[in-house]
Amino acid sequence: MSTTAPPAPLLPSNAVDSTGPITAADGTPLQTALSRATRKARIRAFLLVAPLLAFVVLTFVAPIGQMLWRSVSNDSFSANMPALTAWFAENEALGSDGGPEGDGIPGEDAFEALATDLKGARENRTAGIVGTRVNYDLSGTRSLFTKSARQARKLEAPFKAALLDVDEDWGDAELWSVMRSASRTYTGDFYLAALDMQRNVDGEIEAVPENRRIYVPLFVRTLWLSALIAGLCLLLAFPVAHLLARLPLRYSNILMIFVLLPFWTSLLVRTTSWMVMLQSQGVVNDLMVAVGIVGDDGRIQMMYNQAGTIIAMTHILLPFMILPLYSVMKTIPHDYVRAARSLGATPSTAFWRIYFPQTVPGIGAGVLLVFILAVGYYITPALVGGSSGQLISNLIAFHMQKSLNWSLAAALAALLLAGVMLLYWLYDRLIGIDNMKFG
Amino acid sequence: MSMLKLPAHASLGERVWHYTYLVICGLIFLFLISPILIVIPLSFNAEPYFTFTREMLTFNPDGYSMRWYDRILTFGMTAPDAVRDSSWWKDVWNNADWISAAKNSVIIGVFSTLLATALGTLAALGLSRPEMPYRRLIMGVLISPMIVPLIITATGLFFFYSATGLAHTYVGIIMAHATLGIPFVIITVTATLVGFDHSLTRAAQNLGATPFTVFRQIILPLILPGVISGALFAFVTSFDEVVVVLFIADFDQQTIPRQMWNGIREQISPTILSVATILVIFSILLLTTIELLRRRSERLRGLSPG
Repeated sequence: MSTTAPPAPLLPSNAVDSTGPITAADGTPLQTALSRATRKARIRAFLLVAPLLAFVVLTFVAPIGQMLWRSVSNDSFSANMPALTAWFAENEALGSDGGPEGDGIPGEDAFEALATDLKGARENRTAGIVGTRVNYDLSGTRSLFTKSARQARKLEAPFKAALLDVDEDWGDAELWSVMRSASRTYTGDFYLAALDMQRNVDGEIEAVPENRRIYVPLFVRTLWLSALIAGLCLLLAFPVAHLLARLPLRYSNILMIFVLLPFWTSLLVRTTSWMVMLQSQGVVNDLMVAVGIVGDDGRIQMMYNQAGTIIAMTHILLPFMILPLYSVMKTIPHDYVRAARSLGATPSTAFWRIYFPQTVPGIGAGVLLVFILAVGYYITPALVGGSSGQLISNLIAFHMQKSLNWSLAAALAALLLAGVMLLYWLYDRLIGIDNMKFG
Repeated sequence: MSMLKLPAHASLGERVWHYTYLVICGLIFLFLISPILIVIPLSFNAEPYFTFTREMLTFNPDGYSMRWYDRILTFGMTAPDAVRDSSWWKDVWNNADWISAAKNSVIIGVFSTLLATALGTLAALGLSRPEMPYRRLIMGVLISPMIVPLIITATGLFFFYSATGLAHTYVGIIMAHATLGIPFVIITVTATLVGFDHSLTRAAQNLGATPFTVFRQIILPLILPGVISGALFAFVTSFDEVVVVLFIADFDQQTIPRQMWNGIREQISPTILSVATILVIFSILLLTTIELLRRRSERLRGLSPG
């Protein structure tokens, strides 16, 4: 807290005339004393931050680092199928016309390694793990591994014939190409999968058939819905923020409760409320039937679809748009608009030419913040979104909890993270994270 | 609602637009507040419906009941139908699902808040010093838990905690929630330090105060409103957090939001609405506290005339 270096003495009036460097009270040159004091102050400031920085590195940076690591490394094949992994490493890619018979199927030595590994997998009960890994890239193969491992003990040379006898799927060139890429512990294949791409039999990268593309369309949908929600929030927030900024403080403080109460209310409570309101037997539909907008048999499905996600998320994120807009609008003097009007501008000219340009920093801050938050939403789409209202986060959760393809989940999360970090950087450049405020 | 005065010379068109504008604003305020308020009357529904029954709309007392609030206590009890004496309440305290979820939420919330507030305040003091090196970068890292989607944080923590043995532990959840609360503490405390008059601390030092005394007597009273509102933000963040809990907590480490999440996904019952009502009242109290703190802080720092 205190500066230990003594304060620099006032310069004597003849300092300019004196020869040699200006010195501090203890005789050291002033420049040295000053830089030493500055260094101490820097270290002291850093030491105050250090405990928290260490904590955040431990509980946030390291976990995300580990997730990124997961997205490029997966040893479930190489750790459990050592012999075949070694064979793949020693033998270059076969290609669709490779192998002794030119059909993309390797020869006896590869099958011997496969049989050895299947015996090992049988003993260590790891056939399921390997099968699951290969199954990510070629569906229906998990049972091939578990079934063959069960019969592994009976396998005898010639192994190629023996294994083809167990299941003729072992003679599938695509399976061998998939196993080869699965045998690499460090791989970018999960990023390929996350971008709806795959390696073909010859090891070339290609887009998956259009009807099997899942992730790119979902990324597009996430971006599009987030942009739509940010746009809707802006549309709703602008008039309200303008009103709050123009009203005398004693009124605007009361109306501010309408903005801050939702902001402080649990996300799950707000999502639950929307589920209650949007149900086909819910309040909104009841109201519309009572007023006569729709008939009792024509109740509108507003939940478990995209509409549900859009309505609920717009409501939940609206305060994040109102608050930055309000804080910018509050600083805009009304005199400018009045001056424009008195110089003959129509109300709309005065608004668009004078008032609106001054609100742009608030619009930028609000739109970016809402967009960043919307892109990563999980809870609300999961509860009210049905299948058409799911966002990319929901698919990450699916791969983490249901399909257990953790590396793919990590790759999808890494892509999402890259996007969010880019927006975060942009936000810091344009608005500055220091300027973020609540309430 | 003519709090915004129109000039006397306003044309008819301007008047029409002015009132249209006020109506639009009113509708937007309605959109903001109605989902929060609607759960309150519905939680007293006598029927297991999520809409107003005819009895409710005609204010017939038969349409209303406390049954869903009762259900908060009885759900999960071993003997819910027993006589309501002290052993019944003991059963509630020990076995009711919502009560044990509330206990978990409070324990996790309190400890993560303490951790976040202590570390965050200290760091904010360092970050608001002009000599702080790499200020922008470090600030960016410390604020990022608020920006990074929860699903990503949860995924990372799942891998990290599985590898380090912190999965399924209270310590693990508390640390994760503290991380999520830290950005709020930093932002609110840094905000109270803006315009902080450093000559106050120098004066205290000149008068012979130790660094600790300076902190306790000069700095802390001035930043206390920011510290408390940061702590409240951190607590609410933890109290409302469900994604990380879903990924790293053990099955029996239920919290209130997790219990709500399960309830909504499995079979939604009006009990959820009564819990929601309690949480809404809770957030009204919080909002009031924050507002009082904000005014006190502005008065202390001389930003507004009280």
